[in-house]
Formats: sequence, structure tokens, C-alpha cells
Amino acid sequence: MSDLTATLGSSPRDAIAMLGRYLTRMRHAPGMLVITLVAPLAMLVLFGYLFGSAIGIPGGGNYREYLVPGLFVSVAANGILTGMISTAQDQQRGVMDRFRTLPMSRFAVPFGQTASEVLVAAAGLLPLALAGLAVGWRVRGTAGAALGAFALLLLFRWAAAWIGQYLGMLAKSEETAGQLASLTFMLPMVSNTYVPTEGMPGWLRFLADWNPISSVVAACRELFGNAAPVAAADAAWPLHHPVTAALLWSLLLLAVFIPLCVHRYTHTDR
Amino acid sequence: MTSTYAVHSEGLEKRFGAVHALRGLDLAVPEGSICGLLGPNGAGKTTAVRILTTLSTPTAGTARVAGHDVTGDPRAVRRSIGLTGQYASVDGDLTGRENLRLFGRLQGLRGAAARHRADELLERFALTDAADRPSRTYSGGMRRRLDLAACLLTEPPVLFLDEPTTGLDPQSRESIWEGVRQLTRGGSTVLLTTQYLEEADRLADEIVVIDHGTVTATGTPDTLKAAIGSYVEVVVRSTEALPDAGRVLGALTGGEPVLDRAAATAGAATTDPALTLPRVVRELDAAGVALLDATVRRPTLDEVFLRLTRRTTTDKETAA
Ligand SMILES: Nc1ncnc2c1ncn2[C@@H]1O[C@H](COP(=O)(O)OP(=O)(O)OP(=O)(O)O)[C@@H](O)[C@H]1O
Ligand SMILES: [Mg+2]
Repeated sequence: MSDLTATLGSSPRDAIAMLGRYLTRMRHAPGMLVITLVAPLAMLVLFGYLFGSAIGIPGGGNYREYLVPGLFVSVAANGILTGMISTAQDQQRGVMDRFRTLPMSRFAVPFGQTASEVLVAAAGLLPLALAGLAVGWRVRGTAGAALGAFALLLLFRWAAAWIGQYLGMLAKSEETAGQLASLTFMLPMVSNTYVPTEGMPGWLRFLADWNPISSVVAACRELFGNAAPVAAADAAWPLHHPVTAALLWSLLLLAVFIPLCVHRYTHTDR
Repeated sequence: MTSTYAVHSEGLEKRFGAVHALRGLDLAVPEGSICGLLGPNGAGKTTAVRILTTLSTPTAGTARVAGHDVTGDPRAVRRSIGLTGQYASVDGDLTGRENLRLFGRLQGLRGAAARHRADELLERFALTDAADRPSRTYSGGMRRRLDLAACLLTEPPVLFLDEPTTGLDPQSRESIWEGVRQLTRGGSTVLLTTQYLEEADRLADEIVVIDHGTVTATGTPDTLKAAIGSYVEVVVRSTEALPDAGRVLGALTGGEPVLDRAAATAGAATTDPALTLPRVVRELDAAGVALLDATVRRPTLDEVFLRLTRRTTTDKETAA
């Protein structure tokens, strides 16, 4: 009994120590952080100015205003990539083994890692929001709804980090994780992040409409009040109820991947 | 009469698919002692350490560490152990100081205590100058020392070191050995693996030789050497006398004599403790062999290691 309370009492402390570890690492090796901050800005220029002129928005809104919420979500989805790479690194270097032999809660490592991902995302959303404001994106809804959108983005980043962590544990080596990384990069492409799904061929549109990323993007567009055209009548259910769908998707992913990660963390047997 | 073992395993088995890495490993390490687990590459040392430190589960058999079952109560085991793995198990992106503080906190030291303890250990392992560099920039020996320091933060009752000194220069090796000795003076138990009998000899109270996943010999460094026996070697005045010398030595030792014309020596191994130098000289003199020199020497550590592990290899080959 006292054993159990001791365990529960030390969990938050262990998780905070682990969070500190990830943040310190980022300070020493800021490469990943820089990419997280800069990549969406590059996409903003690339799509907003280069390709954007060729993309038509239903209802004829401003494309950059349509694009910015999509980029917010790709920052969040990036948690899959960074979570996967950092976990695979730990796995390959012996340090994960040392964590496993310490008498700490088995939640501490995964929670510390995913919590650091949420902080990174928060840091990455700020420059993108400022750049967005500079190119014509505006918050047209209520402040409350906008805060809700940011909270949703962080929740989704948290879910993405758990997915990434699980994939990283499966990948085991940095090389494999690097190869998987290019696949995760495709995920926002098959969604409504950059282009409306209406114009896609049937099977692709089905995938894109049901892509969790699409739900979160549509929810953000709705909450920020950005050119949220009424979903096409034949769009899938998530696009008609984007906020509900985005929440459900995030919770579902968490419900699946938290237990998977913790189980895998505890039972990896090389 | 109930002697307590800090590490106690019975019939440990581990299979990786077709590979049978451990085949019934029995270990009994008394509290407060240093046990040297000695074996060639692929003997199963790392596999055994990983099971004993709860990183891996045995296919069969049981093991208790500090009185706790490794599969039944891994958390209790983890509270009692420290591990330095065969490959670096510190965080290369953190500095030495940050590593030690982190591992201190994760082992329950509060902020100030963790900081203080980290500084203390950096000092002890001569890492103070490098303390604020990322540990990936450390040399192999420095990383090894940091690895060991990370285990000593809370002075765990049972410490596992997997090849702690492989690839280190003599000075770094000595400082690791000193760290280990200091720990056992505080009452801790150490199980270390090594491929060097010299290391086991210098450090261990008991040596357990394993090969192909089972124990092939156990004993103190001295009993192991005695079991191998000694080596008789004589230098003859004239090489014509070599066959005679070989015949006499063969009869005395019951072993196969080794003749070396270039060096004019004849030698043979023996396990007979009653075979003394005067007797060797008397018998050869009686046979009319003129000697320049004669020695009965204990085997070198390398010879012991080769004998202890080669025998099992040949057994396996003939059995196959
Ligand atoms: N994950 C694994 N999958 C398959 N085989 C494995 C695995 N781990 C170890 N083995 C095999 O088990 C045997 C024992 O390996 P182990 O690493 O325990 O040896 P060791 O004594 O530590 O050797 P070394 O001195 O080289 O470190 C070897 O044949 C090895 O190939
Ligand atoms: Mg090994």
C-alpha cells in the first residue's frame, strides 16, 4: 500500500525530471527545434505565394487565410516525426536501458517525452501565427474560440507525439526512423491542409476526409472563423462536425497509443 | 546457516529464436562480494546481466536479486540495483553534470542533494574539467567513468557492470577498479563481466567462467589456477638429450611433452600437486640428462582462460 502511494507520489516528479531532460537536450542540439519552427514558415511562403495562385477555394476566399490553419495543424502533426526520431535515438543508444533499470514509474519516460513535444509545438505555433498575421490571416471568431483552437492544436500534438513514440520504439534504429519519417511527411498532403478535398478522386477523397488531420484543420478553420465554407453536401461526417470529430480523433488516438507505448516501454525484450 | 545471496539464479534459460543463449545458468553471489563473470564473446554474459537487471525475461529458470524475484517483482529489484551496460548508457546530448543530476533525481534525490552528489562523483572520477561538455564528446574512458558514476549516485546494494573496462587504458581501468572496490567496502555486491581473467583476478572474490550459456568452472582465482595445474619446463645442455628429457617428463606428469629444439627446452603440464622441482631434477639426473635450467611455474592467466574456455569448445565440437 505505502509502496503504491510512493509510486504514485514519485511519478509526477520523475516525469518532470524527464521533461527537463528533453528540454535540456533541445538546448544542446537545437536542430529539431529549428526545423519545427522554420519548416512551416517555408511552407507558408511556398504554398501561400508559389502554388497558392493555382489553388481555388470554394467560395473564393483568400487562399493564405485558408492555408494558415492547415499549417498550424501540420506543426501539431509533426509530433509524429519528432517523437519517432527522438525515441528511436534513445532506443538505439543504451540510455533507454538505463531508464528501464531505474525504480521510476513506467509512465515517466513517455509522459516526459510527449509533454516536451507539446511545449515545442506551443513554441512553434507562435512564429507561425505572427507570420500568418503578416500575410493576411486573421482571427475572425471570438477570442474564446481562438483559444479553443490552440488548445485543440496542442491536444493533437500530444496525441501525435504518442504515435511517434510508439513508431520510434518499433523502429529501434535511427535509420529506420528516418525512412519512416518521409512517410509521415506525406500525411498532411492527403488531407484538406493545402487543398480542398472536393477535387480529389473518390478513393483519395475518402482517405483525406477521414484523415484525422482534416478534422483538426476544419475545426481550426471553423474556430478561427477563416473562410470556413460550409462543407460540401457529400463530404464525410467529420467535415460536417469538425470540432467534435477533431476531439474524438485526438482522444481515440490517445486511448490507443498511450497503453501501447507504456506496454512496449515495459516489455521490450531485445 | 542460511547464507544470503545478493544474486541467486537457478537454471536460467534464454532462447532468441534458434539461438540458445543461456542453457541453465546457476549463480550464487554472496552479499558484499565481487563476482567476476568470465567468458569469451557470445558466452551469454550480457544476456545474463540483462535478465538479472529486469531488462529481459528468462525463457525458463528463476533469479532473485537482493532477495526479489526478477520477473515477479521487477520494481523491487530496480530499487536495489545499478547497471552499467556493455555500451554507453548515458545521454550523449547532455553534459556529464546534467546526466548525473538527471539520474540522481530519477533515483529519488531532491534537487540540492542531486546537484551535490553529482559534483562529488565528477570530482572522484576526474571528470570535473569535462563536466559541462556534452558527454558525446568524451573519450571512451571518460564515458565509461561517467557511466559508472551514474550507477554510484545512490550506492545501490547490488551493482552490475557489463565489461566495465573493455577498451580502456591502464589508468582509466585502475580508476574504475578503485571505484568498484570502494563500493564493496560500503557493503555492496558487484557482479561484473569481463573477457580478461586478469581483471577478474585483480578484483573478484569469486570467478564464474561461463561458455555457451552454462557455468564451466567456478572458484577463487587461486583455485582456478590450481585446477589447471602447473607447467614444468627444463632447458637441456645438448639437444640430443631432448627425447630422453621428453620421455621422463611425460612419465612424471602423465601429460604430452612439448619439445622445442631451437630453445633446447622440454615441457609438460601437470595437475599433480606433489610434483616438485627437486623431484623433476632428480629423475632427469638419474636418466643422464644434463640440465642448464629447470622451472615449475604456475600457468599464466591467459593460459588458464584459454584452457577453461577452449575445453568446452572442443567438447561441443566433438559432441556435434
Ligand atoms: N537479441 C538477440 N537476438 C538473437 N540472438 C541474440 C540476441 N542477443 C544475444 N544473442 C545471442 O546470444 C548469445 C550470447 O550473447 P551475449 O551478448 O549474451 O554474449 P556475451 O557473452 O555478452 O558476448 P560479448 O563478450 O561479445 O559481449 C550470442 O550467440 C548472441 O548472438
Ligand atoms: Mg556482452
